[in-house]
Amino acid sequence: MAAPSAPAGGNKPRSKALAAFFGNPLSVLGLAIVTVIVLLSVFADWLTPYPEHVGPIGDFAAMNMPPDETYRLGTDTMGRDLFTRIVYGYQLSLIMAVVVLSIATPVGVVVGLVAGYKGGWIDYALMRITDIFLAVPPLVLAMAIMGFLQPTLMNGMLAITAMWWPWYARLIYNVTRAEAQEGYVLAAETVGASTAHILFREILPNCWPSILTKMTLDIGFVILMASSLSFLGLGVQPPTPDLGSMVAEGAKYMPDAWWLSVWPAIAILIVVLGFNLVGDGLREAFEAES
Amino acid sequence: MNWKFTLPRIGAALIALIGISMLIFAIARVMPGDPARIALGPNATEEQVATLRAERHLDAALPVQYWEFVKALSRGDLGRSLYTNRPVTTDIAQFLPATLELVLVSVIIMVVVGLPLGALSAHFRGRFPDHLGRLIALLGICTPAFVWGVILQLVFGYFYPIFPIEGRLLESTPVPPTVTGFYLIDTLLSGNLSAFGDALHHLILPATALALAGIGQTARLTRSNMIEVYAKPYVEMASAYGFRPWRIATRYAFRPAFIPTLTILGLECAAMLGNAFLVEKVFGWPGISRYGVEVIIRKDLDAIVGTVLIIAAAFLIMNILVDVLVSIINPRIRLSQRKS
Repeated sequence: MAAPSAPAGGNKPRSKALAAFFGNPLSVLGLAIVTVIVLLSVFADWLTPYPEHVGPIGDFAAMNMPPDETYRLGTDTMGRDLFTRIVYGYQLSLIMAVVVLSIATPVGVVVGLVAGYKGGWIDYALMRITDIFLAVPPLVLAMAIMGFLQPTLMNGMLAITAMWWPWYARLIYNVTRAEAQEGYVLAAETVGASTAHILFREILPNCWPSILTKMTLDIGFVILMASSLSFLGLGVQPPTPDLGSMVAEGAKYMPDAWWLSVWPAIAILIVVLGFNLVGDGLREAFEAES
Repeated sequence: MNWKFTLPRIGAALIALIGISMLIFAIARVMPGDPARIALGPNATEEQVATLRAERHLDAALPVQYWEFVKALSRGDLGRSLYTNRPVTTDIAQFLPATLELVLVSVIIMVVVGLPLGALSAHFRGRFPDHLGRLIALLGICTPAFVWGVILQLVFGYFYPIFPIEGRLLESTPVPPTVTGFYLIDTLLSGNLSAFGDALHHLILPATALALAGIGQTARLTRSNMIEVYAKPYVEMASAYGFRPWRIATRYAFRPAFIPTLTILGLECAAMLGNAFLVEKVFGWPGISRYGVEVIIRKDLDAIVGTVLIIAAAFLIMNILVDVLVSIINPRIRLSQRKS
């Protein structure tokens, strides 16, 4: 991993970063996995063999079929093609991850920046509130919130967002605390720059590598969390194809119809693995750049 | 014990616990719908609903309700579960030990497997054992506990039926008299060795499923820490003196590399409390998590608040224990705290 790969042309940091990323076969594998999954999800209507199986019914003549020529991954108890449903499950998971992160990240980042730069009682108050959310296992808090709400896609995203932002607040808080001591911040303060300017124009750009790396890893982990919730029956309700509930549903027919839960389970593993590999690759690339 | 180090941590944990109780209390009361009506179901009469509302102070303002809740809590009363129709504390006392036993066994597996795995990876850096170790670590991190549960159950429960698929004991095994609620301890106390073996047999699959994510994290961190330590001059000197690689690994590299790992062990133990929800469902484990899911699905207010609080408390206690343990092993952390 640390073995210096052939440096591709010049000493520009950007090309060094690119070389570090593409020099690691695992990062490239991750990128390939992510690309395939994103393409499949976006073009699911055209790329899946039975897009009509996304609804409650499939082909009743072909229920519980083991993997074969027609149904590559087999069919479920309603005669629906598992591959099709897994692809639509991916689509749903990606939408959830993007929505959750596009709300949780800005909220967490702003809290972290303000608390880390302002210090004093603002710091204390904001970080104690953050600690409250970090004082319960994330899954338990999300479950409890879901418990009081209707199990819909919207509420699922809400519950996960509510427990996700504190992690960004913590991360950016630590980065900001370190950056606030740097000369360039002092220089900006000396020339009378506004707080907003210092936070968003001076400090924030230095947080981007940490934020981007964490967001990439987190796409995988939000998917993992969402599937955990729906595995427990607290997520999206049937007939919407959802990887977690497919595993839970299939587990009832073990071991005879093993494919019902094994394929969706492996599908979750692959997507989380893909985003993890890309995230790790990005981290190394940013380190090589600096 | 260094109180200057420990007390602020206990204080911060207590603040967090009070905050969590307010948060979960507010969520439980603010959510749409009449909690009394939800609790009693559609068939209850208006009078029954009104009685329950009065009993639980549901018509009072939120702070008043919270105050009543705190007063009851100080008496050790967390309310009544409508699902089991017993005091929530009784339910927790019954179900919590099973979960703690599962989590503790998983922690042991995580430490016993994860640390050596990471150390071996670092020792054989770039060679086959390293690649294998890192693959296992990565798979552990990227796979939700329930996926491991389902796969382990399929392979070692059905295809090769070596382990039981669910529960804590065989039906033929008598339940040991409750002393601690930990079957591993209770069976030993009652001197029933075959029951002990049976309890252990039932624990292995769920505990492994729960431990795998932690194994991945600890192995990964131990590996990178040891690689860092291997680059230090004193390790180079030790190898220049001709010390054997094994001695260098165990005596010089492992110990300093272990300290940062210990910090995340705490986080991992805490994560296991959450993941236990998933594993208990797969293996039909009669613990607090399974109880938690039941009461959440039934919108059993007091029971949900009680379960979340008790899990938060366990989580915070684990984190304090780890912090204190780290400070005992590594005096530098204690000293740097004192200065600031």
